[in-house]
Amino acid sequence: MPKAKERDRSCDHLFTSGHTACPGCGQSLAVRLVLRAAGRNVIVVNSTGCLEIFSSKFLESSWEVPYIHSLFENVGAVASGVEAALRITGQLDDIRVIAMAGDGATADIGFGAISGMLERGHDILYVCYDNEAYMNTGIQRSGATPNYARTTTSPPGRASLGNTRPKKDLPQIVAAHGVPYVATASVAYIPDLDKKVKKALSIRGPKYIQVHVPCPLGWGTDPSRTIEFARLAVNSGLFPLFELEEGETRARKIAKKVPVEDYLREQVRFRHLFGKDGSLPEVEEIQGIADRNIERYGLITKQTG
Amino acid sequence: MKITLGTATEPGGSLVNKTGSWRTAKKPRFLHQNCTDCGMCDLHCPEGCISGDGENTYVNDEDYCKGCGICAWICPAKDIEMIPEGGEDD
Amino acid sequence: MTKKMMQGCRAIAEMATLCRPQVVSAYPITPQTVIVEELAQIVADGNLKAEFVNVEGEHSAASLVLGASATGVRVFTATSSQGLLLMAEVVFNIAGMRLPVVMVNANRSVSAPLNIWNDQQDSMTVRDSGWLQLYAENNQEATDLLLQAYRIAEDHRVMLPVMVCVDGFMLPHAYEVVDVPSQEEVDAFLPPHKPIYKLDPGKPLTMGAYAEPDKYMETRYMIQHTLEAAIPIIEEVAQEFKRSFGRSSGGLFEEYRVDDASTVIVVLGSVAGTVKDLVDDLRDQGQKIGVLRLIAYRPFPKEALCRALGNAEDVVVLEKALCLGSSGPLALDLRSAFHGRPASPKISGFTIGLGGRDITGDDIKSAVDRAHLQLTDIDFVGLREDLELEGINA
Repeated sequence: MPKAKERDRSCDHLFTSGHTACPGCGQSLAVRLVLRAAGRNVIVVNSTGCLEIFSSKFLESSWEVPYIHSLFENVGAVASGVEAALRITGQLDDIRVIAMAGDGATADIGFGAISGMLERGHDILYVCYDNEAYMNTGIQRSGATPNYARTTTSPPGRASLGNTRPKKDLPQIVAAHGVPYVATASVAYIPDLDKKVKKALSIRGPKYIQVHVPCPLGWGTDPSRTIEFARLAVNSGLFPLFELEEGETRARKIAKKVPVEDYLREQVRFRHLFGKDGSLPEVEEIQGIADRNIERYGLITKQTG
Repeated sequence: MKITLGTATEPGGSLVNKTGSWRTAKKPRFLHQNCTDCGMCDLHCPEGCISGDGENTYVNDEDYCKGCGICAWICPAKDIEMIPEGGEDD
Repeated sequence: MTKKMMQGCRAIAEMATLCRPQVVSAYPITPQTVIVEELAQIVADGNLKAEFVNVEGEHSAASLVLGASATGVRVFTATSSQGLLLMAEVVFNIAGMRLPVVMVNANRSVSAPLNIWNDQQDSMTVRDSGWLQLYAENNQEATDLLLQAYRIAEDHRVMLPVMVCVDGFMLPHAYEVVDVPSQEEVDAFLPPHKPIYKLDPGKPLTMGAYAEPDKYMETRYMIQHTLEAAIPIIEEVAQEFKRSFGRSSGGLFEEYRVDDASTVIVVLGSVAGTVKDLVDDLRDQGQKIGVLRLIAYRPFPKEALCRALGNAEDVVVLEKALCLGSSGPLALDLRSAFHGRPASPKISGFTIGLGGRDITGDDIKSAVDRAHLQLTDIDFVGLREDLELEGINA
C-alpha cells in the first residue's frame, strides 16, 4: 500500500460518517472500502439488513452514490433490472452496478434471485458481507453460520451445541454458475480487498466477492479487535482467501497458521465449546474443517505451516 | 422537511447524526510522536472520521468517532492510545 | 390504425410494443404466457428495442422492472393468479416507491385447489396495494387501456403503478377485431417517460429509504390522496383518448341503459357482454334495468358511482371474487360508498363464475330475481346442486 499522501483519496468518503452501525462494525468498514475501490460511477443495490438500516434512513443517508433498497430477497433481481436499464440506454460502459447484501440475504432468502442473476450473465458485481448470521434482527442463524456457532435460533443448551450445520459454500455455488470471477476477501486484508474489487469491476459479466466481516455484537468480540478476529479467521484456514477465475483457483497463502482455537476461544458465540476441563471434541471437528480448507486451496506452502 | 415520493433522499444526510455522542467509555488519543503517515488509522476507521496529511497530523473527528478502538489496535507505530472518555483532554 | 382479427394477447403485445418500453420482464403463467411469447418474438425480430429478460420467478420479474423503472426507463410486465400472489410483496413495494410500472394481469383463479381459469380473485388480493386497477371488457379496450395506463402512471400528478386487468382466457385467448393504432398515433398520445427521481451517478439519490414512525404515515396519506386525485385524471385521459382515436375506451365506468333503471347490475370486466344481452331482453319485457360496468376499480370512484346509482332501487353486484369470511369486495366498496347518504339503493351481492365457471343469462337473471325478493349480503350463483360437499351436506 502506498504511503497515505500518495494514495488517491478522492473516493474516501463516498460512505459518509453519521451512519448508525455499531462501533467496530466490520461491514461498515468494508462498505467504505468497496466504495473507495469502486468510485463514483456506480449504482448500489442493497437488500434489507444491517447495512441498509444503518445507512439509508430517510433524510439521513450515508450514500454519496446512487443507491436503492427494495426488499430483503430481491437484490439479485433489482440489480438485474438496473443493469438492464443501463444496458438499453447505453450507459453500462460508464456505470457499474454493485449489489450488496448480507449472508442471510445471499445464502437463504435471496438465493433464487441471485442464481437467476448469475445464470443470465448480468454485468453486476455482487458483494456479500458475511458476518455469518442474520444480525439486523438480533443474531439468528443463516445458511452461512458456521458449525457450532451460537445464535439466538441455534443456541447451545443442555440438548444442543449450537448450529449443527456447516457453512454453506457460497463461493463454489456461485462459481458453478460459470461466472467470470468469484473471490473471497476479508476486511482484515484491505489491499487484497481493494485489488479484488477493482479487478472484478474491470470484468464484464457477473462477479461475486464474499467479504468476511466480524460483527462485534453478534460474535461477542470487543469492537477494537474486529480486524484481529478477521485475521485469525483467515490465518486459521476457516475463511480462506481465494479467487476463482476461468477455471483456475488462486489462493492467498497463510503467512502464519494459527490453530482454530485461537480464533474461536475469545468469541462469545463459540465460548460454550471451551470449559474448565478444556475444549470440547467439536473444536477438533472445526480444526478438521480448517485443515480441509488448507488442503483444498493450498493455503500453506511446504515452508510455512 | 419534505416527504418525497418514494422516500427518495439526498446523499450525505447522515452527517447531521453526530455519532460521537455514542461514546461513553473510551476515545482515541493521537500521540503525534512516532506517526509514519502510513494512513492505516484512516483506512481502517469504519466511520471514516480520521484525517491527516503527513506525519503526526492524524486526528479523529470527535463529532462522529464512536470510540471503537480499531485505530489504536492497528497503528503499527503504537502512536494512538485509548483514553477514558471525559479524560484530561476534555 | 389497422383493424385486424387477432388474438387478444397479440393485440396486447402489439400495444405494449407501441408504448416503447425499454425493459420487459415476465415469467410464464397461464393465461398470460402468450402475451409474453408474442413480445419475445417481437423483440427477437428487432421490432422492439428493449431488454427482454427471462427471470426465474414472478417475484423477480416484478423486482426487475422495479429496478429498471427506478433507473428511469419505461417497463412492462404481465402476470396472473399465483404469479401475482408471489410478487405481491413487490407489488406493494413498487407502489410505495411511487414507480410508474404498468402491468397486465390476466385474471385467473387462485389456488388451492389449482385452477387456471378465469375469475378476479387474484387482482382483488392486491387491491390495497396502492396500484390503480383498470378492468377491460374486451380486447379493444384491453389494448386501449394499456396505452392510457402509461399516460396515467407517468403523469407527475400520479406517479403510481397501474394494473390493466383482462379476464384470463376470455380476453387474451379470444379472437376479436381490434383496431391497433400506428406508432405515430401512440407517440402523439404518449410522450417519452420523464421520471421525477431516478438512479443516476450524475445526481446521486438514495431510493427506498426507511421511514420511522414519525414519517411513515404521511407516505400512505400521500398515496391515498394521489389515488383520489387520479379519478379526474383517469377521466381526462379517457376523454383525450376519445378525441385522438375516436372511440370510448376506459374512463371510470360505462353505463348501459342506467338512466331510468330501477335495478342496476354492477360488474367488472368481460361478463358485461352477457349482462348487456340480458338487460336488453329484460327491457323488452318491460323491466327498467341497466348495467354499470366499472372500469376503474382502484381508485374507487365513490362520488361518481353514487351519482350514477343513487336513483336506483336495487343494485345487484355480480363479482368473480369473494372476500372469504366476509362479502364480495366490490359490494363492500359500494356499500361503504353509499353509507350515510340519503339516496341509497338496496345493494345485493353475488359471487359468480369462480374458477372459470360459465355464467349464463339465466344465472344472472336468477341473481336479479333473488335480489328483488330479498336484500342479499352475499350469495353464490351457479353452484351445482348435484354435489356432496364434505362437512356441509355430506
